[in-house]
Amino acid sequence: MTVGVELRDVTKRFDDFVAVDNVSLQVMDGEFFSLLGPSGCGKTTNLRMVAGFELPTKGEIYLKGKPVGQLPPFKRNVNTVFQNYALFPHLTVAENVGFGLELKKLPKPEIEKRVVEALEMVRLPNVGKRKPQQLSGGQRQRVALARAIINRPEVLLLDEPLGALDLKLRRAMQLELKEIQQQLGMTFIFVTHDQEEALTMSDRIAVMNLGHVLQVGTPKEIYARPNSRFVADFIGETNFLPCKIVKSPAAGMAEVNLGGEFNLQAACEVEVHVGQEVTLAIRPEKINLHSLQESLIDDAVLTGTIMEIVYLGTDTRYTVWIMDNISLEVRQQNVVDTDDMGHFQRGEEVKISWLSNSGRVLIN
Amino acid sequence: MRSRQKAYLAVLLSPGALWLLFFFITPSLLIVVYSLLERKDGGGVIWSFTLDAYIKLFTPNEGTFINDFLIIFLRSFWWATLTTVICLLVGYPLAFYIARQKPSVASTLLFLVMIPFWTNFLVRTYAWKFILNNNGLINTILQAFDFAPWSLINTPTAVLIGMVYGSLPFMVLPLYASIEKFDFSLVEAGQDLGATYWQVFTRIFLPLTLPGIAAGSILVFIPTVGQYVVPTILGGGKVAMLGNILAQQYGSALNWPFGSAIAVVFMVLLMGGIIIYFRIEQEQEI
Amino acid sequence: MDNQFLTWGKRLLWLNMLFSFLFLYIPIVILVAFSFNDSRLGARWEGFTLKWYVEMFSSDAVLSALSNSLIVAFTATTIATILGTMTAVAMERFRFPFRKTFDGILYLPVIIPDIVMGVSLLAFFSLLTSIVNGALGLSGNDSIRPGLVTVIIAHISFIISFVTIVVRTSLKDFDKSLEEAAQDLGADEWTTFRRITLPLIAPGILGGALLGFTLSLDDYVITAFTTGPGGTTLPIEVFGRIRRAISPEINAISTLMLMMSMMLIIISQVVQRRSAKM
Ligand SMILES: Nc1ncnc2c1ncn2[C@@H]1O[C@H](COP(=O)(O)OP(=O)(O)OP(=O)(O)O)[C@@H](O)[C@H]1O
Ligand SMILES: [Mg+2]
Repeated sequence: MTVGVELRDVTKRFDDFVAVDNVSLQVMDGEFFSLLGPSGCGKTTNLRMVAGFELPTKGEIYLKGKPVGQLPPFKRNVNTVFQNYALFPHLTVAENVGFGLELKKLPKPEIEKRVVEALEMVRLPNVGKRKPQQLSGGQRQRVALARAIINRPEVLLLDEPLGALDLKLRRAMQLELKEIQQQLGMTFIFVTHDQEEALTMSDRIAVMNLGHVLQVGTPKEIYARPNSRFVADFIGETNFLPCKIVKSPAAGMAEVNLGGEFNLQAACEVEVHVGQEVTLAIRPEKINLHSLQESLIDDAVLTGTIMEIVYLGTDTRYTVWIMDNISLEVRQQNVVDTDDMGHFQRGEEVKISWLSNSGRVLIN
Repeated sequence: MRSRQKAYLAVLLSPGALWLLFFFITPSLLIVVYSLLERKDGGGVIWSFTLDAYIKLFTPNEGTFINDFLIIFLRSFWWATLTTVICLLVGYPLAFYIARQKPSVASTLLFLVMIPFWTNFLVRTYAWKFILNNNGLINTILQAFDFAPWSLINTPTAVLIGMVYGSLPFMVLPLYASIEKFDFSLVEAGQDLGATYWQVFTRIFLPLTLPGIAAGSILVFIPTVGQYVVPTILGGGKVAMLGNILAQQYGSALNWPFGSAIAVVFMVLLMGGIIIYFRIEQEQEI
Repeated sequence: MDNQFLTWGKRLLWLNMLFSFLFLYIPIVILVAFSFNDSRLGARWEGFTLKWYVEMFSSDAVLSALSNSLIVAFTATTIATILGTMTAVAMERFRFPFRKTFDGILYLPVIIPDIVMGVSLLAFFSLLTSIVNGALGLSGNDSIRPGLVTVIIAHISFIISFVTIVVRTSLKDFDKSLEEAAQDLGADEWTTFRRITLPLIAPGILGGALLGFTLSLDDYVITAFTTGPGGTTLPIEVFGRIRRAISPEINAISTLMLMMSMMLIIISQVVQRRSAKM
């Protein structure tokens, strides 16, 4: 697989403010790549530098191996789907979609043919003569997409393209977008701050915070093997337990002490030394609840008291107090719906357990 | 910035900027220079430095603190203040009334305010001369009923009427813009909290429409201080304002340095006022 | 008691509105009415006539002043609209050194009383013409003197600012990402301006131009100070006549000028409606 887009040591400064800090990324050809991060972390800025609306303060951007960082937007074979769609209000839908081809001076019949194709691709035939204002939000979104893909760019940039849509439409458009991307085999760089969206759609995700890229990986890697507390926290729910290393890692497993007599094994892919203060991260759904009498096969076992029970439909969330000021969130699937809150009662003492490699040691 | 963007900016900016530099800034600075030169008989200046013009402007008449020119300064500012206050007193309730009508009525009324706004100022001033003149409409009617003629033209009243008449639309339009933006549920909120009508007006309505009051007042005050047409046509030169003496020094009196000095002092006063105003406004915003 | 208070308040507001509009309109109505009055002297109604209009349209002075006014207004508005629009785009779409200062300078011609601008331009043009005449060795009737050209230059200088302000508001109103979208689709700066920016700010430009045109037709003071032989515009002509005496002929010319203003108002309203629909 060849590299489609590369950012090498890219920094963007606005006056004194560093919006993007020394970012290096490689996006493969035909990949659906997402930039995920909280508001203000520099996602849009990254995208705008690839599109050519902002110049990097430092570093270089490569498109198919060629440096493009200094080229104006209209000289890059890259197209953007804007968050607010940015459809030209004085042109019809067809004129909007055909705008790029018209500028390339393609013959009229060819343009018309491809406009029809593009509109069909986004499932919007028969609106070509309308003005953008006469379309619904979802339809405008599709027109914006058609206007971009019709130019067959090397990379398509999408800045929170679904942000303005309601949840249901959003879900539908996610699937459609993914389908179109696979159909075209086009490289997509997709910006979102919605982790669920990123997880369902992307081939790979880059998680950003405060201008830095923290982790790049497949959705599964990012979710199952977060490399930092921020990533673990930002994507999905995670329990963080302060602990101390008691035995240095061997074969990717380390032993940690939670305080008192609680010693556990946990996955560890970072450099640590005995006595170091670290954090143990464990996802709520990886934890099992048992009555005290049950004998267990899991390797990490603690006891605690149920403080709160919240019924959430597909599962039930328990808050279990373990010691001092440490409590864990636990999710149990509602395999059988019973009339009461499940098998456990508030205030009940329970055993909790998980597979050792579900817990991960993260550096503070 | 990319160099082609720089070139694009230069192409866009330089014609307008150069034009203003050459035909606006240079003339304005020239006035400052002229005010420091010697007068030449028959108009123009002699290129040698002197403060004569300023000395003449600020030397009081014997036994007083003031001279004829300073009186005209004071009068111009005083009349402009009067005009502004009258326009405000009439314009504020008018703008309020318009803003409270349903949209179709409001837009019609607003259009009726706009018409004089777009109409030739000279024509509108002449209309009053036609009415107030010694052989004008009022006196013709008085005569028809055998009343004694009433000397209206060439009085301060005539000038004030003309200035209020000319300025009223400039007051109403910005006032309307800010009153229309006002959220009237705030009035109910205020009353709900126990405010009387008067308190609602002074504590809620007035502060929130202040930008409109300020904009309207500036739009009325500044052109009025420098009025030339109204005092000339309706004051007949008997009630001179700043505009008249400025024109006089550049015209019949042919004392350009002195005229320039008047213009410079005038601009310093105006600009000083405007700068102070914006300072205050900025502080309030913070 | 509260209700009574409100009722009275409403009545007062209504009265104020009524009197304001009477105040604004009675003089204009009288002015127009008496342009049809068959009496040379004063304001006594003697019967209906159109002779003042006939006289006006057969007066060379009025006709040449009218044509001068239109020449000045068209030329000055055209040039100022082009320069003002370019300046507006530069101000709204770029950052550059001294931008703030220039921003302030742009507002000055709007704020400065016309009389001050008039005398400063008078001083400037007389200096300029004397320098040019000296350099070219021209004197007497050959020499370059202020006239229509200087009037046009002066008008451009204040119209630029008005156009810039109006166009800037319409640039502020429109979404910058539209321009980025065009560039993204392959349009260079000029194409973006021509295909996207210009059509979208056209109502603003037209509005600014109409305002400039009106101001130019309207202006007496600055024209009076910058004009010279052969540069008599309609306001100059009318002002001269007003100073001499009131006469029904002036009423007729005034009515003509009113009609021109009305036409401009109607055009500007149509433009506004159009752009509101977009
Ligand atoms: N033109 C600019 N001038 C100054 N600061 C800017 C500019 N553009 C962006 N920033 C700053 O850079 C930071 C990153 O902005 P960016 O738009 O890239 O964030 P984002 O990750 O896209 O956030 P969001 O999810 O809210 O869209 C923000 O703090 C923002 O205030
Ligand atoms: Mg963003």
